[in-house]
Amino acid sequence: MLTADNHPRPPYKTYQEWYDAQDPAHLIQKSRDAENIFRKTGITFAVYGHADSSEKLIPFDIIPRIISAREWRKLAQGIEQRVLALNAFLDDIYHKQEIIRAGRIPRALIEKNDAFLPEMIGFKPPGGVYTHIVGTDIVRTGEDQFYVLEDNARTPSGVSYMLENRETMMQMFPELFTMNKVQRVEDYPYLLRQSLASLAPPGCKGRPRVAVLTPGIYNSAYYEHSFLADTMGVELVEGSDLRVIDGKVKMRTTRGYEAIDVLYRRVDDDFLDPLTFRPDSALGIPGIMDVYRSGNITIANAPGTGISDDKAIYSYMPEIVEFYTGRKPILENVPTWRCSEADSLKYVLEHLEELVVKEVHGSGGYGMLVGPTASKKERADFAEKLKAKPSNYIAQPTLSLSTVPILVNKGIAPRHVDLRPYVLVSDKVKIIPGGLTRVALKQGSLVVNSSQGGGTKDTWVLED
Amino acid sequence: MLGRTANGLYWMFRYIERAENIARLVDAGLRVSLTRTGSTDGDWDGVLQSAGVRDAFGEVHDTVTAANAIDYLLRDTANPSSVLSCIEAGRNNARMVRTALTRETWEATNECWIELKQLLGRKVKAADLPEAIDTIKRRAGLIRGAFHGSMLRNDLYNFSRIGTFIERADNTSRILDVKYYVLLPAVSQVGSSLDNFQWESILRSVSAHRSYGWVYDAEYRPSNIADFLILNVRMPRSLAYCYEKIVSNLHYLEEDYGQRHRAHDTAAAIKSMLKRGSISDIMDQGLHEFLEDFISRNNQLSADISEGYRFYQ
Repeated sequence: MLTADNHPRPPYKTYQEWYDAQDPAHLIQKSRDAENIFRKTGITFAVYGHADSSEKLIPFDIIPRIISAREWRKLAQGIEQRVLALNAFLDDIYHKQEIIRAGRIPRALIEKNDAFLPEMIGFKPPGGVYTHIVGTDIVRTGEDQFYVLEDNARTPSGVSYMLENRETMMQMFPELFTMNKVQRVEDYPYLLRQSLASLAPPGCKGRPRVAVLTPGIYNSAYYEHSFLADTMGVELVEGSDLRVIDGKVKMRTTRGYEAIDVLYRRVDDDFLDPLTFRPDSALGIPGIMDVYRSGNITIANAPGTGISDDKAIYSYMPEIVEFYTGRKPILENVPTWRCSEADSLKYVLEHLEELVVKEVHGSGGYGMLVGPTASKKERADFAEKLKAKPSNYIAQPTLSLSTVPILVNKGIAPRHVDLRPYVLVSDKVKIIPGGLTRVALKQGSLVVNSSQGGGTKDTWVLED
Repeated sequence: MLGRTANGLYWMFRYIERAENIARLVDAGLRVSLTRTGSTDGDWDGVLQSAGVRDAFGEVHDTVTAANAIDYLLRDTANPSSVLSCIEAGRNNARMVRTALTRETWEATNECWIELKQLLGRKVKAADLPEAIDTIKRRAGLIRGAFHGSMLRNDLYNFSRIGTFIERADNTSRILDVKYYVLLPAVSQVGSSLDNFQWESILRSVSAHRSYGWVYDAEYRPSNIADFLILNVRMPRSLAYCYEKIVSNLHYLEEDYGQRHRAHDTAAAIKSMLKRGSISDIMDQGLHEFLEDFISRNNQLSADISEGYRFYQ
């Protein structure tokens, strides 16, 4: 929030003046009020492996993270470029595979990857869109310097927090929104529904029927699934509600079976269709892949998009962006060592203290090593895992992430953050001005995942 | 609407109704222990039977005492009909159908769960029991209030109402069945204090000890009590009232959907039986037999509804 000479950065100026005039005790009270709002509304998530604490609140910090219009424009251009490249890449990988033939990506990396679905080869999803919803994880390291950490192109979560955080802030501090011109995020559900409906199968007559597919109330993101269905005004379905009848996917209603045209699924590829993927899946719909391939339903995101946000593919993103857009990437990639390569593995093992090592297929901050803060023993143990299965890991340097202020008992203190803006893709790319700011609440910590004790903030993109 | 959603609403409201009824039963039981000298453990046996959990209780406790009966009824999570279990199950169903509920109804349900989970998380001291029971009734009342004040009068509303009244009819008929013998003319001696006491306790467990006096004589008569709880359509916990409501809600569904199911016939037959019957006929044919038959027909209706509206398949 501060510049090098300890002045508030320009977008924070108005906020800072307001903050200085507040009574600290009052702010602490507001912070508690916010927690009560979240608890009452049931905005919770589940942490797997904790039987007794099955529902948790994500800590919410009441100081907004503020981004200027100018910073945002650059970010938005970079994200749009990247999302277009991801879709072009997926289309290529499941059709001509020109990028492989051009020698820019090793064939084995694609074809031996679990996220690559041979079932998708030669199939073009409605509108040619693979990733309808993307959540790009970004960090800022300095003035105008942004890095992309991950392209979440499967089923990115957290957008309900973006919306509820804004709602809560507007309830608690209405005056701040008259002092600052903050760009709207509230249209997201409406835009999402519009975007999904516009990609209904060509044969769909009339108003497309959209539904959200959830694994059920015990899933960690269930709140979000019900929130999205509710705010879009569409049905929230589980696999057991759906059945393939006469070549269409239909849901069991109190009046009989009714067809669905677009399914926004929050269920992983593996569980989508027990006839095609995991036979033990009780979350999916037997036969949905056949319906999909015969063009009678749109699945968002398309099955098989995981190949584009795989951590092993990530390191090739600069090549991918250049290959399909013909331009250098606007947003930088974090330098990445692929441990599957002998030279890189050697380097990583020698520099564990400086690096963050992640599992190629991991998510949620599980199974990663943060070298600088890990103990000697943790590093030694991790080195063994690394040597046992090098291809399972990638490593990246720890970036000097920017910090933003959070409210603590003694006032404000700096903490590291990242940012996940949400992108909707149909015939156009729509980026919601804002996103989910995740913040590491522990002093010095770089891990922002909610499953690891991270919190969230409202994210403001100011108007010019 | 999804069949699963109809099912979720139906059970959400059955569980909330049950939680409230269990709290009423405990309340009536407490009243008995306050006004009676000597041991009241035998009365708690009756309360457990009315709640339909006497056998399950016997599997974990050797003897019935006031303390362990109350604990089992209010907060034992091994008892699926304890208040705590019912609220947990009701709220889980509410989460499942959250998109079908107004924000007010959901928040009232969620807040009920948050407060009761804390309240019943540890043993309730005897001195705090009246307050605890009051909280349960008040919380259930807030859900009902939010529901009536904010929900659209459509099929969602109808399934919720049907769940409420099937559960209520079940509960009232069980309360009567456990005590049917004290209502039989042959064994009761009008005016004996023991019987008065039993009768009042029946009325209390359906919160009807005051309203009884307005409708009938001040004096308790077994046939009047049975009439009040079975046939009186003004009494909101009577079987006849429940079936008025069930049939009218099923009728709205029939009009709305243009579909008639076996459930409609089942419900209509029960309603007309209650409408035609007189309490003396019922007593003559045997109150216990009547109630047993009613409970099984009420269960049949529940099954017919879940089949007709595709709750499960």
